[in-house]
Amino acid sequence: MNSQDRLIVSPAPHVHDKTTVKNVMWNVVLALVPALLFATYYWGVRALLLSLTGAVAAVVCEALIQKLRKVPVTVHDGSAFLTGLLLAFNIHAGAPIWLPIVGAFFAIGVGKQVFGGLGNNPVNPALLGRAFLLASWPTQMTAGWVAAKDSAMSGINNLSRIATNLEQLSPKAYELVTSATPLKVAQTLRDSSFVADINAQAGGIDLGGRIFGSLTEMETLKSLFWGNIGGCIGEVSAFALLLGAAYLLYKNIIEWRIPLYYIGTVFVLTFIFGGIPGSGTSVMLPFFHIFSGGLMLGAFFMATDYTTTPITKRGRIIFGIGCGLLTVMIRFVGGYPEGVSYSILFMNVMTPLIDMMTLPKAFGKVKK
Amino acid sequence: MNFSKELTKGIIKDNPIFILVLGMCPTLAVTTSVINALGMGFAATFVLLCSNIIISMIKNITPPKIRIPVYIVVIASFVSIVDMVMAAYLPDLHKSLGLFIPLIVVNCIILGRAEAFASKNNVIMSIADAIGMGLGFTLSLTVIGIVRELLGAGTLLGIRMTPLTYDPMLIAILAPGAFITLGFLMALMNMLKEKK
Repeated sequence: MNSQDRLIVSPAPHVHDKTTVKNVMWNVVLALVPALLFATYYWGVRALLLSLTGAVAAVVCEALIQKLRKVPVTVHDGSAFLTGLLLAFNIHAGAPIWLPIVGAFFAIGVGKQVFGGLGNNPVNPALLGRAFLLASWPTQMTAGWVAAKDSAMSGINNLSRIATNLEQLSPKAYELVTSATPLKVAQTLRDSSFVADINAQAGGIDLGGRIFGSLTEMETLKSLFWGNIGGCIGEVSAFALLLGAAYLLYKNIIEWRIPLYYIGTVFVLTFIFGGIPGSGTSVMLPFFHIFSGGLMLGAFFMATDYTTTPITKRGRIIFGIGCGLLTVMIRFVGGYPEGVSYSILFMNVMTPLIDMMTLPKAFGKVKK
Repeated sequence: MNFSKELTKGIIKDNPIFILVLGMCPTLAVTTSVINALGMGFAATFVLLCSNIIISMIKNITPPKIRIPVYIVVIASFVSIVDMVMAAYLPDLHKSLGLFIPLIVVNCIILGRAEAFASKNNVIMSIADAIGMGLGFTLSLTVIGIVRELLGAGTLLGIRMTPLTYDPMLIAILAPGAFITLGFLMALMNMLKEKK
């Protein structure tokens, strides 16, 4: 800066930062790379292929629409790439290849460009794309999941601890312990008549309780942490996602309030309400809940989207708690095993209200 | 005021769905297939035509203070006729439209035309208005129905239109699909209008 520049008189803002959209978006993509690598390790090249297909489809769609709208094409800023990547992260590795493409087109087309592009979307486009795919093709979204590398998809590996004599396990119980995801097991066990049924077929032993207990065993938690379980491409490895999140927090790209309050709420609520009737609970249960499903991916990478979350600090706390509350509610009483995506979408819609509610008092303004 | 202008205004210029945005409840709820859309469209058109005729005939003897209840009674009578005739001769359609047939009574288009047009104009003009608005309503519902049935079931009027490899996009026949389709068609109408 030469001495001449210091004399420029202009309206505010006077302090500038080097942060650009491009910078932020590609950094978030970089933070997702560990999760992508873990997914590729567990499920092979197909996971990588699906993820990149989603990302490229989103970029192509955004460029096409911007050409049609006759506005500058801004796909190099990475926001479309990120949306496509996050969308593909919400799909399981055995999905048909057209699924992320169609989802990305909907996410960018209807979720973002219809409202005017970057910064104008009311809800997270990637999650909207996922909700669209789940409503449109429920079979493709929930069937044909690929097994984890060397562990049971449900995270329950040690069957001998559940039943000494494996013949005690009825077909129903087998189906349960080989569910697609650990959360599916937890959801099924909430049905007390189902539990009574498998207990009776196993000759009166507390099979439901034992299966529930094995969800919080160290071994299962370890699988959950490293991601060696069934799940969507980007959500399984809590470790990889935390690594990326740490990078983003260090770079000051995301703010700690939403993830902390989100995960904290889930932790506390699952500690209090996590048990199933008749089988008690476990102090390790909150760990099971925060490491499973899409919580880590959602809390750090989706609930922190700038456009669709509150701008005030108090608002972010409300947003985080609201997301946590809804997630736990869907997991415990809802029809789906997992509720991260819907709870974030719901709170996205609430964001304008939260912002209005938490508007700070302007300097000099008298409180009514 | 001329007859042909009143007849055609409901189709594009004052289209009840895309321009006036009236009668959204049946529009969103029953357009899951073309046949439902056509059934609802013709049922509403019949009620609109009959109620417009009666209301324009009785406009001079209707006390202004109780005109809305009077209109509702007239409309409800014709809705009952449609309901019973449909139940007798088109039971399948009647079943799939269900509650939305009795709900024609409170359809904004019918009451709106009674209040805004039939109560101020003569019988001939009211007939033209009813036919135009009814056709506009039916056409709009059918267009929405075509889009939703084609995408959501891969069929048109129950006949398969897409290759067997096409997995229907279920969201199109669910509630969100109705809103999305309506939004896009409305945008398209506005775009065409602006270009003119």
